[in-house]
Formats: sequence, structure tokens, C-alpha cells
Amino acid sequence: MENLTFETHFQDKIDQEIKIEPRDWMPEAYRKTNIRQISQHAHSEIVGMLPEGNWISRAPSLKRKAILLAKVQDEAGHGLYLYAAAETLGLSREQMIEDLHSGRAKYSSIFNYPTLTWADMGAIGWLVDGAAIMNQVMLTRTSYGPYARAMVRICKEESFHQRQGFEILLVLSKGSEAQKAMCQDAINRWWWPALMMFGPRDTESTNSDMSMKWKIKRKSNDELRQQFVDMIAQQVTLLGMTLPDTELRWNEQRGHYDFGQINWEEFWQVVKGNGPCNKERLAARKKAWDEGRWVREAATAYAAKQKQKQKAA
Amino acid sequence: MTNSSLVDFTLYLADSTLVLGQRNGEWCGHGPVLEQDIAITNITLDLIGQARSFYQYAAKLIGNDCTEDRLAYWRNEREFKNGLLCERPNGDWAQTIARQTFFSFYQRELFTQLLNGSDSTLAAIAEKSLKEVRYHCRWSSEWICRLGDGTDESHQRLLNALDNLWPYTGELFIAAQYEKDLKIDTAGMSISWMTALSDLFAEATLPPPSLTSTFMHTGGKTGQHTESLGYLLAEMQYVQRSYPGCEW
Repeated sequence: MENLTFETHFQDKIDQEIKIEPRDWMPEAYRKTNIRQISQHAHSEIVGMLPEGNWISRAPSLKRKAILLAKVQDEAGHGLYLYAAAETLGLSREQMIEDLHSGRAKYSSIFNYPTLTWADMGAIGWLVDGAAIMNQVMLTRTSYGPYARAMVRICKEESFHQRQGFEILLVLSKGSEAQKAMCQDAINRWWWPALMMFGPRDTESTNSDMSMKWKIKRKSNDELRQQFVDMIAQQVTLLGMTLPDTELRWNEQRGHYDFGQINWEEFWQVVKGNGPCNKERLAARKKAWDEGRWVREAATAYAAKQKQKQKAA
Repeated sequence: MTNSSLVDFTLYLADSTLVLGQRNGEWCGHGPVLEQDIAITNITLDLIGQARSFYQYAAKLIGNDCTEDRLAYWRNEREFKNGLLCERPNGDWAQTIARQTFFSFYQRELFTQLLNGSDSTLAAIAEKSLKEVRYHCRWSSEWICRLGDGTDESHQRLLNALDNLWPYTGELFIAAQYEKDLKIDTAGMSISWMTALSDLFAEATLPPPSLTSTFMHTGGKTGQHTESLGYLLAEMQYVQRSYPGCEW
């Protein structure tokens, strides 16, 4: 009975667009959904550093090297905000990281695809960050306060990243024949995985109904995906490149672009761990964490000694 | 002062910061804890920024449409003048911290000298860079203390790292011909560098460093490197060289 009153009060707040804050009562499922989603988002930022980090050492100019470093560093910063937001729900960062390493927690499947050429740095910025922004702009209005506020900061940087990515491709698209081919190849490889980033079709998405009611999510997977296709189908013409979809065309009646079938078999395979780089990505994160253990222990031991000294003084 | 000495010295400054930046950049995404991943990447960004300033100046001195990228991407192992210390592999976190400490403390001395030197462009770059270098010194000193006075394991790992890298510090203070031409006082720098390090090591419960008792490697400043530089450059330069004449 009492829970019912709490729950009514909670839903009232959501309906009136009042943010839920860490100390507020919330249904256990709301807490769990937010922990799952925010930590997954944090893990995606951290694992997402790896495919781009690949190219820091090989960036083709000093300016590009500096921009790429700054971008990957931004992602680490996003990871930090998001871990901090998730921690307000009662799970420690260490626990979240353990969950990532044990496979209990997921990260965005897109980062299980390889970065094979320099053009991939452009395609990731333009398509992957572009797709992420669709979702993230929506999340600036999500009902959980700390998450919404983290997203406001993140969105500003992400839209900058998207422009940078587009600019990398723009330079390639005006370059030599080899550069143009490199550009088109990267678009071909990243287009479909980018569309998969919005998740399963609405008819098959298990977590969606409650998330909509609680305003954790405000637009469905398919709505966001369509919005993305409409945007990119326009922008690709500025590059003089094409999207690898023969069914892509403007539908006057719908006021949207129609597009072809996503390979959902591939999507589920990658989710299950069978993508091109799932094993490498997780192994790299575990290695960094395991090899960093003695460093973290040293820092903790030193801090304790300093505290002791201060006490004694 | 000849123009070619100034070019060589500027390239030495540029190559050293770029090569160390390239090494530190390998940590990005692989650091021991997220906050430090961000910190080492910050330092990397500073180093790459310094390298760009030095390369741009060298390119201007050389003339003939020379560019920063021409100098960074189209010179070979034997033409790179960076200190050997900068190219040593990352190893574990202790090795990276030791390398950064030796180098940042050295940069602090060197840039202070350039600040009062006769070349106004180098003085301006040094002034801007010193702000960054002071932070790098503080950051790496804090880590020397944490590792030195942390756990037994961290203490031992740091001792190993210092032993490993010490033989690569000597050449920083042996003037190459271009430094002699420019009247860089390497001997004076070595004294203040040593004093600062001794203080830090004492605080970190480490034995004092010694400049006299160990053999020192040389050659970096005149283009004779360790084996690892060739691999570093091959990786760094391959895109530029695979597609000559392209914009990126």
C-alpha cells in the first residue's frame, strides 16, 4: 500500500517533468534500468577509446594527431562523468568495471568493429558519434537528474566530434583517387553498424515500454534511426560519396528516406560476442586494469601514509 | 651562431618532444586508472603542441616551402636528433613516470635558459611551454612519491625503472656541436637538475641519483639511436609516406 503511494508520487513527478534525484524514492526497476543504461554508456565511452586510440600513433599529420588525442581524451572524460552519475545510484566504479570485465555489463557493439584505415577516424566521428548524438540529445531530457546533466556536457563535445569527423572525410573526398576510395570504403563499412546502434526494432525491443513511461527514453529506437538516416542521406551528398544501400530513396508521402533491411543476424552475433573485435577489446581493457592494479595499490598506500603523517603532526 | 646550428638545435627540441609524445600517446586508453589516462594524455598533447611549435620554427628557418609535417614525417632514423631517453619504450607505469620525470626536470632547466637566450622565437616557445612543463614536473613528482613511498612492489618497480633509464640521462647534459655553437650551458643545467632530483628522491624514500658512477649512452643528439626508434618512426610515418603529396 505504502509503496503504491510512493510509486504514484514518483510517477507524478515524472509526468510533471520534475527530475528524479539520487536521494528520492524510486522503484527498484527504475534504479536498475538507470544503472544498467548509465554504466553501459560509461563502458561504451571507455571501450570506445580503443578503436580510435589505434590511430593516434599513425595519424597522418601532427595536427590530426593532436585533434585525435584530444578527442579520445574527451571520451575518457565522458566515461568519468557517467561513472560518477551511475555511482549516485549506489554502485561503485570498481564494481561496474568488474561487471564489464566479467561480461555482465555490456557496451555499445559498434566498438567491436575494427578501424582499418585513417578514413575510419572520419567515419566514426561522422556516423558513430552522429548516431550517438541522436540518442544523447534525447537523454539531456531524461528523467534521472545526474544522467541528464552529464549528457548536457557530453552533447556539446560530441557535436564537435561529429563535425571533426565529417571534416576528415571532406578533406579525403577532395583528395587523390586513393583517398577518395579510402573515404568511400570507410563509409561502406561503418554505415550499417551505425544504423544498428539504435538497437532492435521497436517491435522487438524488450526494455522500451517502461523506459518510455519513466521518461528515461523519450523516443523509440526506430524513430531515432529514421531521424539519423534522414540527416546522413543529405550530408553524404556534400561529400560526393554514397551510402551502401540500393533501397535508399526519398519517400515523398512519408516525408522520410526509405532504407533497406538491417542485417539483424549480424547485430545479434556481435551482441553475443562474435563481432570482429569483441575479444580484443575486452582483453585490452582487462589488461590495462590488471596491469594497473599495483599502481592503484601504491597510490592508496601512499595516501594512507600521508594521512597518518598529517594526523601525527 | 650559424643558421644550421639553430636549425639542428630546434630540430633536437622538436624531435625530443615529438618522440616522447608519441611514446606517451601509447598509454591513451590503456592507463592504470581513468584519471591518469586523462593526465598522461594531457601531457602528450602538450608535448605534441611543443613539437609543432619547434617544427614550424625550423621549417621557417629552412625555407623552401618546408612544413612541420615534412620534418616530422619525411626524415629517417639517422636524421632524428631526439635524446635517447625519449624513445625508450613505455615499460610499466614506473618506467613511464621515471622517463617523464627525468625529461620534464630537464626541460624545465633548458627552457628557463632559452627564456633568457638570444633567439626570441625560441624564448617565446619556451615561455609558453614552461607553464606546461612545470605542471608535468609536479605531476611526475607526485607519482615518484606515490611509487617510491607506496608499496614494496611499487618501490622496487620504480628502482628498476630508474636503473634502466639512468644511463640515458647523461647525454642530455653533453653538448652537441650545435649546442656549443649556441652557447647552451649544459653543465650548469646538470647541476640544478641533479639538485632538484636529489630533493625529490629523498622525499620519495629513494636512494640519491648519481651522475658519476654509471656508464652513459650517447648518440641521440647526432642521429645515432637505439633500435626502438626505427619502429616508432615506421609506425608514425607510414600513412604520409604511403600517399605522398596528399593533404590530410
